[in-house]
Amino acid sequence: MTPLETCLGSASLLAAGWSTLTWTYVFVTVTFSAYLYIGWSSRVKETEGFYVAGHGVPPMANGAATAADWMSAASFLSMAGLISFMGYDGSVYLMGWTGGYVLLTLLLAPYLRKFGKYTVPDFVGERYYSETARVIAAFCAIFISMTYVAGQMRGVGIVFSRFLEVPVWHGVVVGMVVVGLFAVLGGMKGITWTQVVQFGVLIVAFLIPAVALSCKLTGNPVPQLGMVFSDIGPKLNALQADLGFAEYTEPFSAGGRSMLDVVCFTFALMVGTAGLPHVIVRFYTTKSVRAARWSGFWALIFISLLYTTAPALAMFARTNLLQTLHGAEVSSIERLDAADGENGLAIYTLTTAGDAADPDSPGRPIEWVDSWQRTGMIRFNDANGDGVIDMTNTDGAFAEAVIDRDIIVLATPEIARLAPWVVALVATGGLAAALSTAAGLMLVISSSIAHDLYFHFFDRTASEAKRVAVGRWAIVAAIGVAGYFGVNPPGFVAQVVAFAFGLAAASFFPIILLGVFDKRTNREGATAGMLVGLIFTASYIAAARADKIFGVAEPWLDDRAWGVSAEGIGAIGCLLNLVITLVVSRMTPAPPERVQRLVESVRVPAGSHDPDAHFDESDAAHD
Amino acid sequence: MSPNRDDLPERARAYWRANLRLIAVLLSIWAAVSYGAGIVFVEQLNRLSIGGLPLGFWVAQQGSIYVFVVLVLIYALRMQQLDRKHGFEE
Repeated sequence: MTPLETCLGSASLLAAGWSTLTWTYVFVTVTFSAYLYIGWSSRVKETEGFYVAGHGVPPMANGAATAADWMSAASFLSMAGLISFMGYDGSVYLMGWTGGYVLLTLLLAPYLRKFGKYTVPDFVGERYYSETARVIAAFCAIFISMTYVAGQMRGVGIVFSRFLEVPVWHGVVVGMVVVGLFAVLGGMKGITWTQVVQFGVLIVAFLIPAVALSCKLTGNPVPQLGMVFSDIGPKLNALQADLGFAEYTEPFSAGGRSMLDVVCFTFALMVGTAGLPHVIVRFYTTKSVRAARWSGFWALIFISLLYTTAPALAMFARTNLLQTLHGAEVSSIERLDAADGENGLAIYTLTTAGDAADPDSPGRPIEWVDSWQRTGMIRFNDANGDGVIDMTNTDGAFAEAVIDRDIIVLATPEIARLAPWVVALVATGGLAAALSTAAGLMLVISSSIAHDLYFHFFDRTASEAKRVAVGRWAIVAAIGVAGYFGVNPPGFVAQVVAFAFGLAAASFFPIILLGVFDKRTNREGATAGMLVGLIFTASYIAAARADKIFGVAEPWLDDRAWGVSAEGIGAIGCLLNLVITLVVSRMTPAPPERVQRLVESVRVPAGSHDPDAHFDESDAAHD
Repeated sequence: MSPNRDDLPERARAYWRANLRLIAVLLSIWAAVSYGAGIVFVEQLNRLSIGGLPLGFWVAQQGSIYVFVVLVLIYALRMQQLDRKHGFEE
C-alpha cells in the first residue's frame, strides 16, 4: 500500500471509473439544482425579506453564508497558488483576509446591526445627515462590487471551459442564469440559504484534496499538522535553494516585499475586508446584536478552515510541482498552429525524470500538463534543447516553464493523481465559491441602485411591491453587466481587485468606525475624509498601474521605489481619511442633537429588533 | 425590557466604557500577534522553530489565524456577560 492509501484507509480516492468530465457534469447538475430549489422555496415579497432576509438568520447559518459570500473564486482558486509562488509574502493574504474579521466583529458589525436598516449607504447617509454622503457611498458600493463581480464570472468561465470542455461564454451564461434565478426570486433570503449550502460544497471540495495530498507528502491527514510535523518545510526550502530561489519560508528576501510593504498590504486587506459592503451587509441579517457578534465568530471559524489549509496546500503543491517538473523528460512536442499561423502553442509530452523524487513510478507520463497546455495556462520551452525541463531560477521565473498561478488549486488533484471525482469536486467547489460571492455582490449592487438611489431620489412613495420589483430588475441589469465582463474580461481584472480593497479601506471603514466611536464626527469631516481617502488611493493605484489600466508603455509611478505597493496604498488612504475626518470635524459645527442620540442608541444592543424607534428616516431628508 | 429605565444614560455610559476597555485589550493582542510577531519581529522569531518550520513563518501563516478566532470568541462571550451586567440583554 502507498502511504496515501494507508493514510486514508481506502483506495477509493484513487479508483478509476467515470471520467472527470462525467463526474463534473453530475456534481454541477446536482449542486445547481439544489441552489435553484432553495432560491425557489425561499422566494420573498417584502423589502425586508429581499434585502436583509427579514432579520431572521441564525448566527451559525449566517456565519456560513458570510464565509461563502466572502470566499470568492480568488480565495478558492487563486490564493493557494499565489501563496505557493510567494512563500512568506503570501502571509499578507492569510492574515489580511482573516484579521479583517476581528476588526469587523469588534468595531462594526454589532453597531451596524443595531442601526438595522438595509444597506451601508443607509448608515452613511443617516449618520452623516447628508444625501451627498449617501450618494458617494452608493457609488463606492456599486464600483467596489462591480470590480469584484467581473473576477467571479471569469472564474466561472474558466472552470466551465476547462472541466466541461465548452466555450467560456457558455459557462458564463449558465452561471448568470443560476445566480440570477436564486437572487431574483429569493433576494437576501434565497441568497443566504443558498450560500450556506455553497459553503458546504466549497469547503469539502477544498479540504478533500488537501487531506489527500497531506497524507501523501507528510503521512498526516490534517494538513495544518502535516505542514508542521514533517520534513516538508526543510525539504521545500532545500528544493528552492537547489533551484536558485530564495528559501520558501524566508521573509523580505531580495525580489520579495519589504517589511513596510508587507505591513501596509496586510493592513489594507484587513481594513478593506472590514469595509467591503457585501460582507458588512451580511451582519444586517441576524436576529439581534448578540447574534451579530456570534455570527462574526462563526464566519471566522468557517473562513479559517480554508485559510489555515491554504498555506499547507501551497507548500504541498509547490513541492509536488517542482519535484515532478524539474528534470522531466520531453518525449515529444506537438505544435498547434494558431489561426494566424504564428506563435502557435507547443504541446509538450513529458515523463517524470525517474529519479529518487518519485520512486513509485520512474518514467511515468505526466498526463495533467497536456490539457492545461491546451488552455495556454502552462507553457514549456526547452530553450537549450537538451530534452529535459529545467525549473531553475532565471530572472525570478522558471527557466523553461511558465505556469499560471491560478491553476494550482485546480491542477493539484491531477498532479497528485487523485481520482477523477476529486478533480470534479474541486471544479464544483470553485463554481460554488464564485457563484456565492457573485450573488452577494449582485444584491449589494441591486440594493444600492434600487434602495439608495431609486427609492431615495426618485420615488419616496414607492410601495413594497414596487421596491422589490425595482430591486429585481436591478439584479437582472447587474448580472448582464457582470456577464459581459465575464465573457470579455478587461485585461486588468487582477489589478482592479487591488482597487476594490484599497477603496473599501480608504472610504467606508474609517467613516463607519468614527460614526460609531466618535460622536463629534460630522458631515463635513466625513465627506472630506472620504473624498480625500478615495482620490488619494485611486490616483496612486492608477498611476502605479497605468501600464495595465490605461495601456501606456510605463507606469507613471514606480510603487516599489516609493516603498508601498499599489496593493498596500489603501492602508495610507485609510489613515489619511481618519486624520482628515477627525480634524475637519473639530473645525466645523457639531452634528445635530438627533444624530448624537442615534450614535448613543447604536452603542447599546437592547431594542435592535426595532430599528425605527430611535430614528425617523424622514429626518435624513432635511439636509 | 431593562431593569430600570431612569438610569438608562448612566448604565449606557458604564456599558460603553467596559466595551471600549475590552476592545482595546483584544485589539492590542491582535496587533501584537499579526504585525508584531508575524511581520516586524518575524526574523527574530524564525531563529526558533516549531516542528519543521521557522516559528515566525508559522505565526504569520497559521498561528495568527488561530489567535484571531480566539479573540472573537472571547469578545462574543464577554460582551454577553456585559449585556447582562448592565441590563442590555435582548
